Parts: sequence; C-alpha cells; structure tokens
Amino acid sequence: MQIKNVFKRELYAYFSTPVAYIFLVFFLIMTGWFTFAEGWGNFYEKRQAHLDPFFNFHNLTYLIFIPAVAMRAWSEERRSGTVQLLLTLPITVPQAVIGKFLAYWIFLGIALLLTFPIVITVFYLGDPDVGVIISSYLGSFLLAGTFLSIGCFTSALTKNQVISFILSMAICLLFSLTEFSMIRSYLNSLPVSLADAITALSFFEHFNALKKGLISFVDVFYFVAMMVFWVYSTIVVIESKKSA
Amino acid sequence: MVEVDNLVKHYGPIRAVNGVSFSVSKGEVLGFLGPNGAGKSTTMKMITCFLPPTSGTARVKGHDILTDPVKVREQLGYLPESAPLYEEMTVEKFLRFIAQVRGCSGAEVGKSVDRVFETTQIHKVAHQPIHTLSKGFRQRVCFAQALLHDPEVLILDEPTDGLDPNQKQAVRDLISSMKDEKVIILSTHILEEVDAICTRAIIISEGLVKVDGTPEELRRKSSYFGAVSLKLPKADRGFLDQLGQLNGIDKVERLPSEEVVSIRCMPQSGKEIATGVFDFLKDKGVSATEFHVDEGRLDEVFRTITRTVK
Repeated sequence: MQIKNVFKRELYAYFSTPVAYIFLVFFLIMTGWFTFAEGWGNFYEKRQAHLDPFFNFHNLTYLIFIPAVAMRAWSEERRSGTVQLLLTLPITVPQAVIGKFLAYWIFLGIALLLTFPIVITVFYLGDPDVGVIISSYLGSFLLAGTFLSIGCFTSALTKNQVISFILSMAICLLFSLTEFSMIRSYLNSLPVSLADAITALSFFEHFNALKKGLISFVDVFYFVAMMVFWVYSTIVVIESKKSA
Repeated sequence: MVEVDNLVKHYGPIRAVNGVSFSVSKGEVLGFLGPNGAGKSTTMKMITCFLPPTSGTARVKGHDILTDPVKVREQLGYLPESAPLYEEMTVEKFLRFIAQVRGCSGAEVGKSVDRVFETTQIHKVAHQPIHTLSKGFRQRVCFAQALLHDPEVLILDEPTDGLDPNQKQAVRDLISSMKDEKVIILSTHILEEVDAICTRAIIISEGLVKVDGTPEELRRKSSYFGAVSLKLPKADRGFLDQLGQLNGIDKVERLPSEEVVSIRCMPQSGKEIATGVFDFLKDKGVSATEFHVDEGRLDEVFRTITRTVK
C-alpha cells in the first residue's frame, strides 16, 4: 500500500516536470537514429523486416539515458530536504526505495512502449517473428531496470546529481564492456575461467540471448538478481546515511 | 505522552546531543530553546525517527522510537526545519499524497485535505505548484501536512522562522487554538514566542538540558526579576544612598535620563523589594511618576545560561 503511494507520487511528480517529456523525446530520437543511421543500425541497407538494428543499440542508449533519468531519484530528496518529510511519514525505507524504483522503471517502460512505430514498420515491411519481438522487448525492459537500479543506488550516495550521473554511467559501462567487440577479442587472451566470469556478469550475453528470442531462466534471473542486489544496496545506503 | 529518555547523538567526534531527557503531557506546549547548533533539531529528528540515536530512547504514546518507529510516526505530525516540500506538485496533490500515506482512503482523503485547508487558510493556493508559493504559504502548507491525520503529538521545528509579523501571529494563533487537545513541542529562538504560546520551556545548550520550567519560572532566574524601576521628579545623592541601604537591595543604578531622575533598584537574589521601596517613598513623601516591578527577562536568562557554558 505504501509502496503504491510512493510509486504514484513519484510518477505523478515526474510527469509534472518538463524533464520527463524531454527525456521521452530524447530517447525516441536516439533509438530512432541508431536504428536507421548508416554505420549504426543500417535498417534499410539490411533489407530485412527485423528489429535487430533497433535493439542492438539499446545498451548504448541506456548508458547515457538511464543515469540521467535516475540521477534525481534520491539526490533531489536529499538536496531539498524532502527526505525528512518522506522518512518521517509512516513509510519504511524499503517501501520508499522500492516505490521510487518501480515508478522510474514504469517511466522507462512507457518510453519503451512509445517505440511502437518501429514495430508497425517491420510488420508493414514483412513478416517478423512475434515471439522474438516480445522477448526482445522483455529483455530491453529488464536491461533498463538493471541500469535504473544502479542509477538509483548512485543517486542515494550523493546530493549532487552530476556526481550520481557520472558514477552510475561508470558502473554501467563496466557491466557493458563486453558490448564492444574490441573488449570481447581481448577477453580471448585471458584465462578461460576469468573470461567466462566476466562474460557471465556482463549485460551483453544475457540481453543477446533474449534478443534472439530465447527466454531462458538464467538470463531473466541474471537481470532480476542484479536489480535485487542494487535495490537492496540502495536501501542499505539510505539507512546508513540516516544514521550518519 | 512523549517521554524522552537520555537521548544521545554523536556525529563522529561531535557530540550534538549529550543526554537529553524530558517528558511532555497533553495540553502542554513545550518550547525548545537554545542557540543555533545546540541540538534542538537533532533531538526532534530523533523523536520523529528520522535519525537513530547513538544511545537512549524516546516513547511517543507508549511506542518506542527504536522498536516501533512506524507506529511512532503514525502518532506524530512533524514540521521539519525550513519546510521542505515537493516543489513540482500542486498543494492539493501534495496534501492528498500525504493523506493517503497517513492511511486515509476514498472520501476521507478529500475530507481531511479540506479540513486542513480550513485550519491553515491555504484554499487560494490549492491548485498552485508549490515552487510558486511565497515563504509564508510554504510554511503553512508544510504545517497543513503535519495536521492531516489530526495527530495528538505535534513536533514543529521553528514554525515561525522567516515569516513576517502577521504570519507569525497567525501561526501562533493556530498553535494556541490546538493546544488543549494535543502535545506540542516546538523549537524557536524567538523568546517572545515562548511567552506568547508556550506553557513550558526548556533551554538546551551544547546538547544538554540547562533549564526546564514554565516561562515564569525561567524569568525568575533573571537578575532583573523583582527589580524596581522608578521615575522621580528629583532626587539627591543622599536619597539614593539611603535607598541603597534598604533591606534586600543589591544596588541602585541611575539610568540615563534628562528631565526626570530614572533609577533602577536591583534586588539581591531572591529578595522581594517592591514593598520596601514603596514604603520608603511614602515615608520620604516623594511621589514617583513611574513605579515598575520587572517580571524578569527571558533574553537575559537565555544569554546567561547559554553563555556560561562556552
């Protein structure tokens, strides 16, 4: 119940600022550009009714987009002092953290849903596999949630939104490194077990599997576990900042 | 209803609160006085379960802040210092959110919001985003937020800070109107406020309770308490010396004045001198144009108590 109240307030408040709309437009332009641009998605050049050119750059887009969305989540509460108001209401820290996280995650979900014209486009152009599209969207949504949980965590660490932005971008970049083929080829020179561990911890492999239409327990569990870990860390940070 | 039991808060090496104890019951308005940094806000933040104490505890209507923080917060209305608010929301949306969190549902939400609109007089800004409000309205909106669930315990951190004299009076009237059925703890550094609304005052300095009593008891500690000020048409040196010899008088001060002789007789600590001075004047056949017995001065008490520690 309290989670729902926090969630509703957060989402309402976010949409009463221009920031939310600016972010939505920014996200749609970015994903659109990556999909169609020559040298990036090459949507037309591929001559296939397939959403790969669209989903391939989600990781990169999120790397910039989500730290920016999440940076205000807790920093702003601390800077303006409203955290005193929020946490002296009969709301526990986990309720507040989860409510906020869900609100921003739904915001990201809305951003993702607004990319529907690209789906219409591929259906118009050909006959794509519906299962693959659904599992790709699911993968992208899970990926977004994971980025967001990291962004909320860094936002809880500092009053300064810029610091939060840079910090979460750095952490997300760490988990995205295997996205780059250069890094992937470097991994080959490492001991196999280490290379495997790095790959298993990175977003790339798991998102890739979902993009191909394979909804496996391991990949979904990976993203859920990441979110649980970072959300829990956020709770720990907020609790400990309170007692400091 | 509110019992504070030896609360201690250390921030690393800084001892913000060093063992504060007091208890407040229904019908009392407790004024929390002290210089900036004395530990007033920190103590309040601990009672509202925002900060966990280093040691000690407090109970609000029997609920312990350590073991039962959510129950404690349900009983409390809290106005934090400098009225933090969600700037991007409108006043009404904001209050509806608080009402829902406070457990109201359906029609109750609207009812309690309307009730606090009434008590705090903020109807006309109901649909304005909070960031467009003036300081006085912000303070009132934050006060309204604390009243939504009609709590029995109110904790107000500098409720009149930054308001103009009319707004200050409005807030004081509001507090006074509620004092019979609630426990109110408020911090302030405006001493006149203590006189105006508090039934009891605590002076806290360096994290310790220095004095706890009614405003009157506090004033009694002033060296001016019972001092007699006189204005006489004329007086010579001998007259003043004789006056100084009277029982209980510590010293007679001559105050700067042009046309009349203005003097102040300071009593020895705890002595009553007004009758003595009055009889003396009658004996001498001197008629005073002014005869004033000082009730004691809070600001002086405040300064002596908080200064001696430093």
